[in-house]
Amino acid sequence: MANIISDETIEYVGILAKLELSAKEREEAKKDMGRMLDYIDKLGELDTEGVEPMSHIFPVQNVFREDVVTNGDTRDEILKNAPKEKDGMFVVPKTFD
Amino acid sequence: MGKQYETVIGLEVHVELATKTKIFCGCTTAFGGAPNTHTCPVCTGMPGSLPVLNRQVLAYAVAVGLATNCDITRYCKFDRKNYFYPDNPQNYQISQLYLPICRNGKVEIETENGKKAIGIHEIHMEEDAGKMLHDELDDYSLVDYNRSGVPLIEIVSEPDMRSAEEVIAYLEKLRMLIQYLGASDCKMQEGSMRADVNLSVREAGALEYGTRTEMKNLNSFSAITRAIAGETARQIDLIEAGEKVVQETRRWDDNVGKSYAMRSKEDAQDYRYFPDPDLVPIVVSDEFLQEIKGKQPEFREEKMARYKEEFDIPAYDIDIITGSKHMADLFEETVALGAQPKKVSNWLMVETLRLLKENNMDPEDIRFSPKNLAGLIKLTDAKAINSTVAKEVFEEMFKNDIDPEKYVEEKGLKTVNDEGALRKTVEEVIANNPQSVEDYRNGKEKAIGFLVGQTMKAMKGKADPSMVNQLLKELL
Amino acid sequence: MNILDMTAASLGAAIKKKEVTVMDAVRAVLEQIEETESTYHCYVTVDKEGAFRQAQEVQSKIDAGELTGPLAGVPVAIKDNMCTKGLLTTCSSKILGNFVPTYDSEAVRNLQKAGAVIIGKTNMDEFAMGSTTETSAFGVTKNPWNPNHVPGGSSGGSAAAVAAKECFYALGSDTGGSIRQPASFCGVVGLKPTYGTVSRYGLIAYASSLDQIGPLCKDVTDCATIMEVIASHDPKDSTSVKREDTDFTSALTDDVKGLKIGIPKDYFGEGLDPEVKDAVLKAAEVLKEKGAIVEEFDLSLAEYAIPAYYTIAAAEASSNLERFDGIKYGYRTEQYHGLHNMYKKSRSEGFGAEVKRRIMLGSFVLSSGYYDAYYLKALRVKALIKKAFDKAFAKYDVILGPVAPTTAPKLGESLSDPLKMYLGDIYTISVNLAGLPGMSVPCGVDSKGLPIGLQLIGDCFKEKNIIRAAYAYEQARGAFVRKEEN
Repeated sequence: MANIISDETIEYVGILAKLELSAKEREEAKKDMGRMLDYIDKLGELDTEGVEPMSHIFPVQNVFREDVVTNGDTRDEILKNAPKEKDGMFVVPKTFD
Repeated sequence: MGKQYETVIGLEVHVELATKTKIFCGCTTAFGGAPNTHTCPVCTGMPGSLPVLNRQVLAYAVAVGLATNCDITRYCKFDRKNYFYPDNPQNYQISQLYLPICRNGKVEIETENGKKAIGIHEIHMEEDAGKMLHDELDDYSLVDYNRSGVPLIEIVSEPDMRSAEEVIAYLEKLRMLIQYLGASDCKMQEGSMRADVNLSVREAGALEYGTRTEMKNLNSFSAITRAIAGETARQIDLIEAGEKVVQETRRWDDNVGKSYAMRSKEDAQDYRYFPDPDLVPIVVSDEFLQEIKGKQPEFREEKMARYKEEFDIPAYDIDIITGSKHMADLFEETVALGAQPKKVSNWLMVETLRLLKENNMDPEDIRFSPKNLAGLIKLTDAKAINSTVAKEVFEEMFKNDIDPEKYVEEKGLKTVNDEGALRKTVEEVIANNPQSVEDYRNGKEKAIGFLVGQTMKAMKGKADPSMVNQLLKELL
Repeated sequence: MNILDMTAASLGAAIKKKEVTVMDAVRAVLEQIEETESTYHCYVTVDKEGAFRQAQEVQSKIDAGELTGPLAGVPVAIKDNMCTKGLLTTCSSKILGNFVPTYDSEAVRNLQKAGAVIIGKTNMDEFAMGSTTETSAFGVTKNPWNPNHVPGGSSGGSAAAVAAKECFYALGSDTGGSIRQPASFCGVVGLKPTYGTVSRYGLIAYASSLDQIGPLCKDVTDCATIMEVIASHDPKDSTSVKREDTDFTSALTDDVKGLKIGIPKDYFGEGLDPEVKDAVLKAAEVLKEKGAIVEEFDLSLAEYAIPAYYTIAAAEASSNLERFDGIKYGYRTEQYHGLHNMYKKSRSEGFGAEVKRRIMLGSFVLSSGYYDAYYLKALRVKALIKKAFDKAFAKYDVILGPVAPTTAPKLGESLSDPLKMYLGDIYTISVNLAGLPGMSVPCGVDSKGLPIGLQLIGDCFKEKNIIRAAYAYEQARGAFVRKEEN
């Protein structure tokens, strides 16, 4: 395997992705990611010099809305799905100290 | 004598745009709704919802770019900035990194040493976050997404400023340009204009920049001034002590007068920007650019020059009036309704400024209409009310934008121009105040003032004081 | 004729002629579900009450002459990654296990406007990540042709529901083959339309630049009919394309004379099951006999599509799935200390292994220092793949090949080696990268008794070419029915 994924990398990606892996999952993730990256490295075989990265297939552009209010108050519906709500707001663990 | 240091400052200024709706959905941007009542699936990050760009956001961003001499990016895109925080419902913010709408601009500011150009690195469009509410006693926070998705532009300057004075001048300049465009009201206290300060220090004469920090949470010009002084001192102390300045984001606490590092193991500051696949590129056409150019207003400098030509009012007045787009509009519209410029200017300079100050308001908060100000001036011109009554009416107008004519009518404040009635009152006053009458006759000119006052009081203020004066002199 | 044996279009016609009532159709499907669902497990949610209510409403609109379309009254199943107002929508994930959308996805709205009766929400690979429907948090779906085999994925529940007659047609979504491959494995017709043809509004995103909704159904006529209902320009989806040429049923002509069909040699190399190969080439022969011009050619780049796809899809997915954080909806862990611990525990407990694997990979390829080498490189390869297809479509109207290298694998065989599972997408993935329409049509049964799919790929916006070829082939092939197992 050409790509060796370190514990630090898995830890770091876990912080970015907000995932906490068990020891077993961590070992598997290191192996899986290494293998996938080896496979992705295959793309290096292709000469892409001067090729523009293509994010959109079609040249669709300038899609706009007009600045007109179209939405009403749907708070109660939206809050129904909240794991925890209070006074019309979403409750989260304290973020300020 | 220690070493001399120079402070190097660049600003990231966020401005909330004055659109009716949010940047990517049809929710209102109005202030003051109950929490989460101005939300929809898009701005609460519901699964499956998709963003569509508000055309007016682009129009405002381009207008600000043109006003700040930027190059407009003719092919621009939105990117996702990925980070987890509860005020950010998708846990990514739609912003622009790779192809921002404006680049490479500059604005001129006045400094002690004359004019100075401050470079603008870029301006990009992005969405605002929701609001977090914290109560010290609770072990939780609350999230309100009413502000989530309100359109912002972020104006990133070059590190061209060297003092708090320059920073304030630059901010004032931006505020003026943007207010004149109508793109935002730019109120720092309400958060519609916010500045983050990037600051480093270096020995005077050095060519390399020092390590910079970014300071957030600066809610007023005075907080910015204090934060710049505080951070400059902190960095110099570190350098003098042989320590290193760490590149980091710091939070300014204006109550304590100190900044604190905002670091956490869980904030990797690796935003994994990539083009948002849910939005398509924006191509700014020549036509669109011409349209925006055509709509650019007369900016402050041009307005000042024109006022000087057109109106016979002092330079000081021109400076104050054009210092607020709203006040300048009010002035011009009132004049257009036939009021004499000098009189309009007087009302604005004296009574309006006094009431703004007393009420701790900005000129942008003036609520009375040009029509009613013109109406008030008409009443005084016609001597239908005297100046004391006029001031009283004006105060009411300032508060509630009342129609002065109706108000005067309803409250019976009209000056009594019936000479017979006035003469009768004056005669009574003379009869009732023999001491003053005698004083006056003995050459005490001032005594007449008391008699005028007594007459006005008896007339409940509804007399023309000059007429009273004249009658008194005649009868004495 | 048994109602359940009808196609969607023939049932629609029978309802219109008052030979069958909407309630008859709904009852028939619900009875079938009662009978076979415990074996196949096609659905996450069956909305019995809702179906009866809709049946009454739709019938009265049909009777009043307000609904006259070809699908009015026909029961449909919806993949569980499309939002349905008031009806549980889980993406087959624990993290959305209790999520009830406040709005309908645009594709579902289009169906409702046409008088469809929604029977329920079908099982899928969690967040559409997988090729077997085994990554669902709510149990495995079995292949109605042989319940020891997988139905394919990620739209496995939709494909199996059609094959098991637990609905008359279904909607699926296709990011790398997720409609075509299960259609192939379950012996039904499936179409992934040109990107932008069906609105993605309300489709819970996996990889936004590749996702597209499409039908799974019993035959090509149904496919064209359903496409006419669900294709629409939607101002709520910035990537939605305004099209004039959505009269897909006009291509049901049984005439392929002069149609130029290219067979990419690279799709018939190592790894392709000989039985699949024979069946697909035999289908090409049929079209040739009907007057199509069939040639072989080199498409090139097929082997690079998979690594490019997994880079792009994982990157987009890592961002799209950030919103599942235990705050606004869905699963929140019971015990936590502080915000970041809540995020991490909720997400780690709420997502399954395959989803976590792709989120980790996607976060890595976008992270500082790797963006250019991985993500931008993949987007450049995508441009090359698109160019290769452009070149091919300058010469051919339709590209013909297999859908998958094999027929449906046995349950439990695939997940142990993810990379091997990804390789199974080799013929379908490049179609998504290039935004093309692609279709799977049953073209045979292997020695194990499992169906084989024929893939027809068209140039962008040229669905009609592949519908034309598929319909002509289907006419020659005749009925494709599953031997009932007893």
